[in-house]
Amino acid sequence: MTAPEPCGQPFLRVENLKTHFPVERGFLFQHRVGSIRAVDGVSFSLRQGEILGLVGESGCGKSTLGRTILQLIRPTEGVVVLNGRNLTQMHGQELREARAAFQMIFQDPYASLNPRMTVFDALSEALQAHRVVPRSELSARVGDLLLKVGLPPRAQRKYPHEFSGGQRQRLAIARALAVEPQLIIADEPVSALDVSIQAQIINLLARISREMGLTLIFISHDLSVVNYISDRIAVMYLGKIVEIGPATRVFERPLHPYSKALISAIPIPDPVREARRERVVPPGDPPSPLNPPSGCSFHPRCAHAQERCAREVPVLEPFTDPSHLAACLRTREINSH
Amino acid sequence: MMPAPAPQLDEPMDAQPSASFWQDAWHRLWQNKLALFGLFVVASLSLVCFLAPLLCAHVIGFSYQEQNLALGPVSPNRTHWLGTDPLGRDVLARLLYGGRISLMVGLCATAVSLVIGVIYGAVSGFAGGKTDMVLMRMVDILYALPFTIFVILLTVFFGQNIILLFVAIGAVEWLTMARIVRGQVMAIKQREFIEAARALGLRRRRILFRHILPNLLGPIIVFATLTVPEVMLLEAFLSFLGLGVQAPHSSWGVLIKEGAEVMEEYPWLLTYPAVAMALTLFSLNFLGDGLRDALDVHGSKD
Repeated sequence: MTAPEPCGQPFLRVENLKTHFPVERGFLFQHRVGSIRAVDGVSFSLRQGEILGLVGESGCGKSTLGRTILQLIRPTEGVVVLNGRNLTQMHGQELREARAAFQMIFQDPYASLNPRMTVFDALSEALQAHRVVPRSELSARVGDLLLKVGLPPRAQRKYPHEFSGGQRQRLAIARALAVEPQLIIADEPVSALDVSIQAQIINLLARISREMGLTLIFISHDLSVVNYISDRIAVMYLGKIVEIGPATRVFERPLHPYSKALISAIPIPDPVREARRERVVPPGDPPSPLNPPSGCSFHPRCAHAQERCAREVPVLEPFTDPSHLAACLRTREINSH
Repeated sequence: MMPAPAPQLDEPMDAQPSASFWQDAWHRLWQNKLALFGLFVVASLSLVCFLAPLLCAHVIGFSYQEQNLALGPVSPNRTHWLGTDPLGRDVLARLLYGGRISLMVGLCATAVSLVIGVIYGAVSGFAGGKTDMVLMRMVDILYALPFTIFVILLTVFFGQNIILLFVAIGAVEWLTMARIVRGQVMAIKQREFIEAARALGLRRRRILFRHILPNLLGPIIVFATLTVPEVMLLEAFLSFLGLGVQAPHSSWGVLIKEGAEVMEEYPWLLTYPAVAMALTLFSLNFLGDGLRDALDVHGSKD
């Protein structure tokens, strides 16, 4: 099903990706007064079958990054190479056909399913989007998909409103799987669900991506969820990746002051340890991506900021482990004690 | 950290298969008595008017243009169930023939405005950007034309052929429909299931016709059922001015006009066409309301 990876080439390569939204003013003659830098120079690469967790607070551009990688929003600059094919240069028909290789699972399962289409309609449409499936086989194939996501095949004739939130998210997963993709980006797939259902959906996603060798980018603002499912974690702040590395390392020994703050904010389900938990709360709100601060964009809220942080833009650099990178000018000083 | 693995199947669902969309909608319409009454009235009035030539020949016994000047206007009686007009013509026969034209005009003009309005609005809203801007400014310009004068001009060109005239009126009436559809398309275009359809790699045409338009069925149907009476009123208005249907043909508008001129002496000439018209308009409104509720999937079992 999947083409063999060319030697030395990562499965997914994102390079200097930028998505800027123009801000326009004026009634009759609109002119550009600035741009929102939702994604501002993101680079990373993934191996086939890897699960990357993408975290950050709301508004940091993680959803936009996901949509830009999938070309649902076209980037302002940069390249996305999936399996040796440059997605950013594709247009029209070519891009539409390429979409079989990458799919998205959306945040709100109440909004991501067409209320007028039965499960059968929606899934058979997805099955037939890129392949020819004989009519006689459709029902059986839809049934297989439903079983794969843990729903009974007889649910085919029902409408989305007849399902619960968790069941709907299973349907959304089934729809994404129908085109047999190699890359799935899940944009906060559980944040609209009850906590008790969240675990089921996460386990389902983890199991399916392992079984099918899927590469998964799991976007969330919940670090503990991401830590559970991911091989690697990337932390985003104001359109940039500030830290990326193996999940356990980022989770247990974060390098960047912002990641430290994020991780310290996770409640511990143990009252004794919870009482001793030390929280690092960055003061203030995240600045507007319309007018990001100079230098390191985190410096106005950073406890370790120095004068040079306002001037120099930090780049992602390894500290002790070559696979664990952070974009902080003072990584060395903060973390060697 | 996470609890036991997910169960193979989610909680069991009721085994009974759901009814199809249209069965479901019909079931909901059936429970709305007012809408059902509207449907019944519209259907039976249409049927009776459609059968007018047959009924006139065999049941009523008078044709709509058969004059009896010696008889003059008589109030409803055994031979003339709804009376006669000053030329001695049977009011019932004229009412049925008038209904044929009024209903046909309403339906034709609405169908034309529906087709043009939905396609124009959907394309404009779906394309967005500059295309949308240009298309909608054209609608604005057409809106700015004095509608009545425009229709009067059209009657000058199409005056002879009543159906053609109302096709032309429909071609003017689509403006509001286009605006409504455009707005709805733009709202639905933002929903995540459209993004999901794009992510699947579906063609734009398929997204528009399979994912967006079916979700507009409610507003479109309601607006269509409201356009029918609107066009019928317009026809009545034009006929009232003497610009619509020409004698010896009649329409409800013509009958109301003629009746209004003599309503103090012969009230039945005004009452019956007015009642027929009002009943139709009410029924269409009830029916439109009921259809909107019936076609709304969300309201059903949540």
